[in-house]
Amino acid sequence: MDKAKNSKLLSMFSGTFGFTIISILIGLGIGAIVLLIAGFNPIEAYGIMLSGVFSKPKYIAYAIIYATPLIITGLSVAFAFRTGLFNIGAEGQYIVGALVAALTGYFFNLPPFIHVIVVFLFAATAAGLWGGIAGFLKARFGVHEVISTIMLNWIALYLNNYVVNLNGFKKPQSEASYEILNTANISLLSEWKLSDAGREWLSNFPFLADLMRAPVNFGFMIALLLALIVWFILNKTTLGYELRAVGFNKYAAEYGGIGVKKSIITSMVIAGALAGLAGAVQVLGVTNKVAVLAAMEGYGFNGIAVSLIGANTAFGNVFAGLLFGALNYGGPKIQSGLQAPSEVVDIVIGTIVFFIAIPGFIKMLLTLRSKKRGDTNGR
Amino acid sequence: MTHSKFQEKVVEMKNITKVFGNFVANENINLTVHKGEVHALLGENGAGKSTLMNILYGLYTPTSGEIFIKGQKIDIANPNIAIKHGIGMVHQHFMLVEPFTVAENIILGMETTKGLGVLDLKKAINDVKQLSEKYGLHVDPEAKIEDITVGMQQRVEILKALYRGAEILILDEPTAVLTPQEIHELIQIIRNLTEEGKSIIIITHKLKEIKMAADYCTIIRRGKFIDTVDVSVTSEEDLASKMVGREVSFAVDKVEAKPGKKVLSIDNIVVKDNRGINAVDGLSLDIYGGEILGIAGIDGNGQSELIDGITGLRKVESGSIQLHGNDVTNKTPKEIIERKISTIPEDRQKRGLVLDFTISENMVLENYHKKPFAKNGVLSHQKIKEFAKELIEKFDVRPTNENAKARALSGGNQQKVIIAREVTNDPDLLIAAQPTRGLDVGAIEYVHKALVEQRDKGKAVLLVSLELDEVMNVSDRIAVIYEGKIVGIVDAKNADENTLGLMMAGGGETHGQS
Repeated sequence: MDKAKNSKLLSMFSGTFGFTIISILIGLGIGAIVLLIAGFNPIEAYGIMLSGVFSKPKYIAYAIIYATPLIITGLSVAFAFRTGLFNIGAEGQYIVGALVAALTGYFFNLPPFIHVIVVFLFAATAAGLWGGIAGFLKARFGVHEVISTIMLNWIALYLNNYVVNLNGFKKPQSEASYEILNTANISLLSEWKLSDAGREWLSNFPFLADLMRAPVNFGFMIALLLALIVWFILNKTTLGYELRAVGFNKYAAEYGGIGVKKSIITSMVIAGALAGLAGAVQVLGVTNKVAVLAAMEGYGFNGIAVSLIGANTAFGNVFAGLLFGALNYGGPKIQSGLQAPSEVVDIVIGTIVFFIAIPGFIKMLLTLRSKKRGDTNGR
Repeated sequence: MTHSKFQEKVVEMKNITKVFGNFVANENINLTVHKGEVHALLGENGAGKSTLMNILYGLYTPTSGEIFIKGQKIDIANPNIAIKHGIGMVHQHFMLVEPFTVAENIILGMETTKGLGVLDLKKAINDVKQLSEKYGLHVDPEAKIEDITVGMQQRVEILKALYRGAEILILDEPTAVLTPQEIHELIQIIRNLTEEGKSIIIITHKLKEIKMAADYCTIIRRGKFIDTVDVSVTSEEDLASKMVGREVSFAVDKVEAKPGKKVLSIDNIVVKDNRGINAVDGLSLDIYGGEILGIAGIDGNGQSELIDGITGLRKVESGSIQLHGNDVTNKTPKEIIERKISTIPEDRQKRGLVLDFTISENMVLENYHKKPFAKNGVLSHQKIKEFAKELIEKFDVRPTNENAKARALSGGNQQKVIIAREVTNDPDLLIAAQPTRGLDVGAIEYVHKALVEQRDKGKAVLLVSLELDEVMNVSDRIAVIYEGKIVGIVDAKNADENTLGLMMAGGGETHGQS
């Protein structure tokens, strides 16, 4: 009986999607235990988190804004992963992209729109080269990309801090750069919505008015576009065929005449460019400047988790990024709502992420019991 | 069936069924082995032989069925229980600790001590010596595993089982890695063991060896028990047709070769292996159109490096390779393919296929970037699928679904995908490296036919195989490779196993090129 029940449970959740859902529930469950131990009511806490994300249009807008850079860094990690590379360097590539976006956004004088395109091109190129360094080191000298990208992350961090502190770029009496010119801004109607006419018009539409209170920008659209491009490259082009072949089996790829070394460099350049675009989108849409960094901000590292949850597919990344954005935005509201220490909130979010990121582990647990009897495909 | 010679039953497996998910690996299989008997277990790959033996050795639990050892019903839940009841297994891939000595490996896990955990190696060495003399299994107890031959390592594995008191010995594909001489020695060892009252079960798909060594043979096909036969009164052809389920022809059907122009000329090349040692060490060889040149040799004499050198996967340190008189030394793999050299690689899962790609994607591994499969860097999945469907039908790949992952195919069908792809490239030189490794009789027949077909079209075929029978049956000329050099070339018609065997082992006369 137990056996039959077990295999039914398995077939219900055999898909990746099913396991992801189970993992999220387990994560929430363990998070609840953590909250209980810390002396807080988990139902209340999760209630605050949910309403903190969904109860107002503004909140939803914020969650999407939080999600946007994570979707793109997730795409970066996923792209590299499909080629068999583990891009820990999305963090550093993000920093380089953001820095170059802030530099070109402030120093270049160009018409609107064109300015934005130019900034994106520069940021993507710079971050692509940054990622390409790791690809080159791997292809030419066999340096493992995990090692080289971790080091490049730190170099990027200190390079950022050095450049931000340069005269002419650093805004006096601040720990940050000057803000980018308006021509490079991708915010949606940022000036109009604060003008009298804008305020008056918006007052007729309370939903839009509330939504516009968040720094709404084109970033999410760009993230969706990039997801589409990544999907197209991977699945529809000869380049994607090569990269996937190398990712699945570099020996067969080499035998088939595919340049494995070239593929490694290409993949890291594209992954770097993607992470750099994440930084650029954040600067042009949300922060408008870059600041001196005391520590890594974690956009790239979270991208690793997003990519894992999204099963390394382009569109899986979009959903995983939104989930992450919601957690990152809604989670801290538990802190203010329940006076829970931020550490507890971080543990809860960390727990949820931990369980979402390891569906393989859950799958293993479920299959383990029936394995010895040979109910599963255990050959 | 009544066994006249053998009376005492030592193993009885009754109605064994083993189900993995929806897949029935064994269905009501019966197997009876008597004391002092050599019992062969014959079946194609995936027929369920190994599953059955893994059940007997306690690695799998049967879904249903009973096992009796010496008349006593036993639930073999793990290998320790099997060992306790005198069952020993020698796996196809040896499980030895390379830097340890022979004696250390044999006593591993059952160390004799002088008390307080102090190892009594002297006693161990003595025990091993006695054991090896008793059964004629000659080994040097103090030699390190990494320094001895594969045949010797196999003896160590057998001794390991005997040391643990094995009465019933399971040998999984024991001849796969041996030279002809070593195979004869193994058969002699098996005879010694049965004379001492041991029972042997051999898992194999080699009919010739069953005829030479076994008393009885149980045949399994697709998980089902087919028959148990007395080997002495059953022909190889009968065994084969019972195994495959239809008539099989052994003789490779071919007409006299009509060698044409020189296609490939290898002149004094040197290729290093991964350790930096000259694995191919001054090798020269010419291959002509319309012939199959077979390379015979024991594994590890430079065969893999030779192929990698020709196909551009490994650097040729010195010497030159010419195709139709044009230099192709150290060209990239892509250039080599463009110049019409195609390869059926040695390791089909590592080199030949991207297992996580679909059949269609694998069919264009070398041509994905060419029209009509791609235009301006964008793939035409439509065209690729049409092409794959055509090849699937022409080369009888199963399943016929072009969207199936290569991983889901059987070994034989994976090989068909590779052959379909490589032959369709219409190469001038087709290199086939171990093209039938791990394949069953039916698939082997198919591969051999495909090679002969290429030859008859006037192509040059280079066959590299560790199976001497295959080289002798399929080739027109046989070149023997030893320590990275060709030590002799003989006409396949005049070749005999013993001479070739000696040459493969580095002895014998050298003739032809060297």
